[in-house]
Amino acid sequence: MITAHQRQEVVAARGIRVTFGAVKALDGADLVIRSGECLGLVGHNGAGKSTIVNVINGGLTPHEGTVTYGGKDATHGIATARANGVRCVFQELSLCPNLTVSENTRIMHAGLKGWAWRTRALKLVEAQLADVFPGHGIDCDSTVDDLSIAERQMVEIAISFAGANERPKLVILDEPTSSLDAGLAAQLMTYIRRFVADGGSVLLISHILGEILSTSDRVVVMKDGRVVADRAASEFSTRTLVEAMGNVVREQELHHGQDKRLGTPILSMPPRRGRGLAFEAYRGEIIGFAGLGGHGQTQALLDIYLSRNSNWWPGRKEELAFVAGDRSLNGTFPLWSILKNLSIASLGGLSSRSLVDRSREAGLGETWKKRIEIRTPDMDNRILSLSGGNQQKVLFARALATAARTVLMDDPMRGVDVGTKQEVYDILRSEAAAGRTFVWYSTEMDEIRLCDRVYVFREGAIVAELVGDQITEQNVLASSFTAGEAA
Amino acid sequence: MKLSSATVRLIIPAASLALLLVAVFYMQPRAMSYTGLNLLFNLAVPIALATIAQMLIMAVNDLDLSMGTFVSFCACVAATFLQTSPAIGILIFLGAIAVYAAIGVVIHVRELPSIVVTLGMSFVWGGLAVLLLPSPGGVAPGWVRWLMTAKPPVVPVAIVASILIAAITHFVVMRSSFGVAIRGVGGNHRSVERAGWSVIRLRAATYALAGVFAVLSGVALVGLTTSADANIALRYTLLSIAGVILGGGEFVGGKVSPIGAVIGALTLTLAGSFLSFMRISPDWQIGAQGAILVVVLALRLALNRLETREKTR
Repeated sequence: MITAHQRQEVVAARGIRVTFGAVKALDGADLVIRSGECLGLVGHNGAGKSTIVNVINGGLTPHEGTVTYGGKDATHGIATARANGVRCVFQELSLCPNLTVSENTRIMHAGLKGWAWRTRALKLVEAQLADVFPGHGIDCDSTVDDLSIAERQMVEIAISFAGANERPKLVILDEPTSSLDAGLAAQLMTYIRRFVADGGSVLLISHILGEILSTSDRVVVMKDGRVVADRAASEFSTRTLVEAMGNVVREQELHHGQDKRLGTPILSMPPRRGRGLAFEAYRGEIIGFAGLGGHGQTQALLDIYLSRNSNWWPGRKEELAFVAGDRSLNGTFPLWSILKNLSIASLGGLSSRSLVDRSREAGLGETWKKRIEIRTPDMDNRILSLSGGNQQKVLFARALATAARTVLMDDPMRGVDVGTKQEVYDILRSEAAAGRTFVWYSTEMDEIRLCDRVYVFREGAIVAELVGDQITEQNVLASSFTAGEAA
Repeated sequence: MKLSSATVRLIIPAASLALLLVAVFYMQPRAMSYTGLNLLFNLAVPIALATIAQMLIMAVNDLDLSMGTFVSFCACVAATFLQTSPAIGILIFLGAIAVYAAIGVVIHVRELPSIVVTLGMSFVWGGLAVLLLPSPGGVAPGWVRWLMTAKPPVVPVAIVASILIAAITHFVVMRSSFGVAIRGVGGNHRSVERAGWSVIRLRAATYALAGVFAVLSGVALVGLTTSADANIALRYTLLSIAGVILGGGEFVGGKVSPIGAVIGALTLTLAGSFLSFMRISPDWQIGAQGAILVVVLALRLALNRLETREKTR
């Protein structure tokens, strides 16, 4: 179905070059988005996806190349981009947490001026939320602080799609489903198709290739700051996409966890809220926490952590390490260097007479930089100079570098590319074989399948336990949706 | 009905003010009169204005350590120029407000810590105040004196002024678009910037508005004391910060409450009178005032914790 408006350019970026110091973030990338299409953008972490998004939305001025909106040359900047109907939902949630949902709508929409803007903002965001996520149940008068991470993402998406005076022409979604469960993600994808059918355009960035393939009209693959493939979505399959991204696809040898329950459990927890199953962990196990997003998995991890480490007094011997999921909230120290972010958890072991041994610290940094391939010229750079996925790698290394025998992971792989994930999975397996225990909350089925044993959560309690071959998508879904004893 | 977290945050300051008031009335029933109330809360008006000024600065994640010396400077200007040649006095105030806006711009553009810049400015304001009034003196302008000692029917002027200040700033900071943008800068300045706002202008405007309230504070103070002194309001730096925190505000994150800030200022003033009524020697009063602060803040922490527990329930 090719109509006239489909050929009209909304945004065209041509020959874009951007360098950050020695790092070439974009090396002559072209990206053209036309009205009435959903463009999927995929690539490795650090391939330049976020950078080109920032160029298109005006936040970053390219060192070379041109950006035109609606076919016309214009001055570059955030105001120009917004005036041309470009909206952006960022990977890190970018609402003001201290404001209410409707106040955030006011911030994002300059058109809501004058008297009674509150009523209008409320009406606008409520209507849009109901349109994108029917049955969402979010109170738009509540402060964003009081919302869960999934609800915040829903609000941000709704605000970006809403139009106070005129509807947006292009909405850029950077990993929009990273905190949404499957049901909400499906609602969003349906809405994108409707939005595109009405003549709008969407730039969709996601690491879930199924989403990209089912929702996009066209897929652009980026690698090392360049566009390496630009074809209709129907010409790609998951496999060819991954190949185009340049990942060495290791045939996912169907890994089946085994029952490793030997001896006495090293961690245990009674049934939560007085119902469901109890939690137990044995040495060398990889245990998965599955289920729909936000059903108490994170809280369970925190409870396990607090049961061993006092809330008041830091323990002398760390038995548990924690990898946070929300890295900007409780993961990174934004003002510190990569090295300091990495070594913070193991300073006790790195110091003699309570002074940190700089050379040992640097040695630790070098080891882990090589081991998990942190893409940076210098470990002394600030942590925020890294892309999101690489930041997550550093947090992961922070936990692995400690002497802790058990590592708790709160969905740490959100927004991390396939190649990095494979590397981390390998490290996980070898560490588990060496006797470490991992408790892993993940929202992704592929990761759950790597586990030896899986607890499925529903409404705050463990409703099922799956071991070895029982860990299949079907079983997990069955247990998450039906309260009964599955499998 | 589910209470919003902003309302919950107001409960503790309001309750502690009520409790202190009851205690004062119990010990000194004569305070329960028009004159008594006016005397109790008289000095709260300039403190409330300074607290609002500090709150605006704190709403954009900054802190103003020059508040005390700036209010002193304004008081000195009010007792000298504003009285002898009002036009020059008003010009000086406008200039001072412009300087405040400029400070905001400098802090934003150079990414300087506001504490350092305003600490430096505090010496500038202090020096200017000493130049104006090397020894205590000056005379309050007649109209200021009249305004601060007015006797409206039924409710004393101190209470009327406090309610007016709270109502006006609540409208500006909590209800207007401008206020939302200010608090947005405190909450997440990057997203405000991405939405097409000019954060530098917002910061400058916030600082200028804070300057306006600080000027009003200085003028109101002179109206009460009739003359000024270069060190008249040095306590205001810490009092204003304490007032904001007591009223449910936070140092970072753009979480502020104008009504809470005014209540906080009233509570601080009342705590002083309360301790005098308790016949606690002035040597111990500052310590006791600190103890009251600690108790109220501990209560607030407990309430916060309760709130988060409810949320994760």
